[in-house]
Amino acid sequence: MEIVKPLTQYLAALLLAPLLPGIINRVKAFFAGRRGQPVLQLYYDLYKLLQKAPVYSRTTTWVFRAGPVIGLAAILTSLAVLPFAGRPSFLAFDGDFIFLLYLLGLARFATVLAALDTGSAFEGMGASREMQFAVFAEPAFFLGLAALARVTGQTSLAGMFGVLTGDLWRTAAPVLALLTASFFIVLLAENSRVPADDPNTHLELTMIHEVMVLDHSGPELAYILYGAALKLWFFGALIACMVLPRHSGSWAGDTGLFLLAMAGVAAAVGVVESVIARLRLIKVPYMLITAFAFSTLALIFQMGR
Amino acid sequence: MRTEHLSRFDFASAAVDPELFLETAGSRLNAGGRAIAYFAVPDNGIFRLVLAVAFDREGRLEVYSAPASGSFRSLTPSFPELHLFEREIYETSGLKPEGHPWLKPIRFNTPGSVPGVTEYFTVHGSQVHEVAVGPVHAGVIEPGHFRFQCHGERVFHLEIMLGYQHRGVEARLSAGPDARSIHYAETLAGDTSIGHAWAYCGAVEALAGVNVPPRAQALRGLMLELERLANHTGDLGALAGDVAYLPTASFCGRLRGDFLNMTALVCGNRFGRNMLKPGGVNFDLDFALIKELKLRLDNTYRDVENAVSLLWETGSVTDRLEETGVVSKEVAEGLGIVGPAARASGVGLDTRRNFPYGPYEDFTMSVSGSGDVYSRAYVRWLEIQKSVELVGGWLDALPEGPIETECGPLAPGSAAVSLIEGWRGQICHFALTGADGRFRHYKVVDPSFHNWQALAMALRGGEISDFPLCNKSFNLSYCGRDL
Repeated sequence: MEIVKPLTQYLAALLLAPLLPGIINRVKAFFAGRRGQPVLQLYYDLYKLLQKAPVYSRTTTWVFRAGPVIGLAAILTSLAVLPFAGRPSFLAFDGDFIFLLYLLGLARFATVLAALDTGSAFEGMGASREMQFAVFAEPAFFLGLAALARVTGQTSLAGMFGVLTGDLWRTAAPVLALLTASFFIVLLAENSRVPADDPNTHLELTMIHEVMVLDHSGPELAYILYGAALKLWFFGALIACMVLPRHSGSWAGDTGLFLLAMAGVAAAVGVVESVIARLRLIKVPYMLITAFAFSTLALIFQMGR
Repeated sequence: MRTEHLSRFDFASAAVDPELFLETAGSRLNAGGRAIAYFAVPDNGIFRLVLAVAFDREGRLEVYSAPASGSFRSLTPSFPELHLFEREIYETSGLKPEGHPWLKPIRFNTPGSVPGVTEYFTVHGSQVHEVAVGPVHAGVIEPGHFRFQCHGERVFHLEIMLGYQHRGVEARLSAGPDARSIHYAETLAGDTSIGHAWAYCGAVEALAGVNVPPRAQALRGLMLELERLANHTGDLGALAGDVAYLPTASFCGRLRGDFLNMTALVCGNRFGRNMLKPGGVNFDLDFALIKELKLRLDNTYRDVENAVSLLWETGSVTDRLEETGVVSKEVAEGLGIVGPAARASGVGLDTRRNFPYGPYEDFTMSVSGSGDVYSRAYVRWLEIQKSVELVGGWLDALPEGPIETECGPLAPGSAAVSLIEGWRGQICHFALTGADGRFRHYKVVDPSFHNWQALAMALRGGEISDFPLCNKSFNLSYCGRDL
C-alpha cells in the first residue's frame, strides 16, 4: 500500500501539469477582455504534435535530437523526488534537494547544447541569454533551499515540508515569506514568464527560452512543451507546499487543498503577466538578484533566530 | 524656381543652367531646405534631374531641373538626406552620382538583379557576430532583410535591405491618368489609402486647375484623420504588445477596428478605398450618419483614452520606452525624416501646419520630444487627441454644398507637387505632364523612404532585443518605400 499513494501522486502531477498553462492563459484572457483559448489547449497541442513526424535540419547532429529527450527525462525524474501536497514522493532521500538542482541544470545544459547545435544565430543568442540568467537564478534557488533546510533542520525536501507546519510559520514567518517570494521570482524566470521573458511573442530577437527551441518539431516539440509544463508544476508545487503548512492528516483533503493552491499559483502568474510589462533584457538580472537577496536575507534571519 | 504645392507650374520654368544646378541645389539645402523629391526624368535620349526643396519654416517650395548625362557630382557627402535619392537615380537611370559613398541597389529592379543579393557591411574581430533577420519573418508582415552587427547584445550597426516589395507602380502611374490610376494610388501603401489617394488627387486637380468644393475638402480631412486615428491607436497597442503589456495591447487592437469601421461606414471600405476621386469625393454624409459617427467617435475615444493612459501610468512600461532607440534632432534633420518620428525628435515639421491645404488652413499643433520610443509613442497620443478634435469639429460643422466638381483635362507641359500629411508623415507626389496632357512622369515619395534610415540609426549602440520595439515605434511601410 505504501507505494500506491506516491505513485498516484506522481501520475496526478504528470496528468495535471498541462492544465497550469491553460489556467494562466484564461486569467490573461480575462484581463484582456477576451474569452481565451480552451483550458485544455495544451493537451490538444501535445496530442497533435505527437502524431507528427519531426523535421531535422541537415546541420544538426544527435546532440540536437538528444536535447528534448534529456530535458524531459530530467524533469520527470525531479518530479519523482518532489513532495506532493507535503507528502514524500517515492524517490525522496536525504540531501535530495541538491540532486534536484543538478537535474534542472542537466535539463538546461541539454537544451542549450541542442540550441547551439543548430548553428542558428537566433538560437545561439537565446542560449547565451539562458546561461547568463541561469547564473543568477540558480544561486538564488539553491540558497533558498539551503535556508529552508536550515529552518526545518531537514535535508530532504519531503522532510522539510513534512515539518513545515502552521507553528513554524508563526515562529519563522519572515524567513518563510522571504523564501516564498524568492521562489516565486525564480518560478517566473525559470519558466520564461513575464517580466523575465514573454511566452507569447513571435519576435525572435527578444526571446530567451522560446528562441532556443525554434528548430524542434513534432514529438520533440511536444516533449519540450510538456517538459515546460512539468517545470511549471515543479516550481508551483514548491510554492504551494510553502504556503500550505497545515496537514489535516487526510490524504484526500490535503491533495484537494494542494491542487487548489496550484491553481492559485497559476492564477497569480496570470495576474502578474496581465498587469506589468516585460523588463528590459539587461534588467532581468536585477530581478534575479532580488530573489538572491531574499534568499540570503532569509538565511541571515534564520541564523539569528 | 519658387512655387506652391498643390498648384500648377510650367515645368520649363524650373530649368536652370546645368553648370549651376548642383551649386544651386547645395546652396538651397544649406539655406535650410529639405529635399522632398530628387529624381531623373527621361528627356530626349538623355535625362533631366529634378529636385524639389521644401523650406518648412517658411512654408516655401522650390523646384529645379537640369539635363544630365553620364554622371553628376554626388551631394550625399554634404547632405545625407539625399543618399537614397541618389542611389535611386543611379538604379533607375544609370546616371552615376560621382563621390557617393556606396551605390548599393535599393529596389533590385535592373535586369538580372535579384532582391537581397548585393554587398553588405561586414564586421570583423573576435566575439563580434552578425545576426540576419528576414526577409521572411515570423509574423504576418512585409518582407525585409535586416542585418545586425553585434557584440553580445549590443548593436554596432543595423543594415536594412529592402526592395522585395517592388511592384513597378510608379511606371504604371506614369502611364496614366486613367481609370486605374486612383486605385494604384490607394494601394501605394495599404495603410495609407486616404493619404496617397489625396496626394494623387491633389496633383491631378492642380494640373487640371480645379478647385475642390469645401464640403469635399472637409470630408477628405475627416477620412484622413480617421486613418490617422486607426493607425496611431493600432501602433500604441502594438507597442504595448511588444513590451508584453497585455491590457493596452488587446484593447487598442479592438479600438483600431472601431476606427476602421467608422471609415467603412462612410465609404464601405475599412481602409477608405474608393472614397476620393479627382475633383472631390464619392460619398456624402447625411444627418443620420453624422449622428452615428459622432456617437461612435465619442465612445471609441473614451475607450482609447482609458487604454492608452495605462501606458503612461505603468512604471514597467515607461521604463521600457524611455531612452530606448534615441534619434537625436541632428540625425533626424540630417536624414530629412518626416512625420511623428521627426516631431518626436524635435523637428517642427507638420505638413498640415507648414504647408496648409484644404481643410487645414487654421491647423495649429506643435509637438516635440527627446527622440526615444517613448516620445514617438507620446506624439502619437497627442496626435490622436488632435485628430479627434478635428473630426468632431468637421462633424459638427460640415460645410454645405456639392461634394465634387468636374475635373477636366490636364494642362500640357506642366508640373505639380502635392504634399499631404499622412499618418506616417509627409507624402510627396510630383506629377509632370507631356505635350499631350498625359503624365510624362509620376514620382511618389512615401514617408518611409526618408525614415527607414532613422530606424537604423536608432539601433546604433542599442540592445538587439530592443529592435522590435524601435521598429514598431516607427512602423514604416515596405511597399511604400519599394513602390
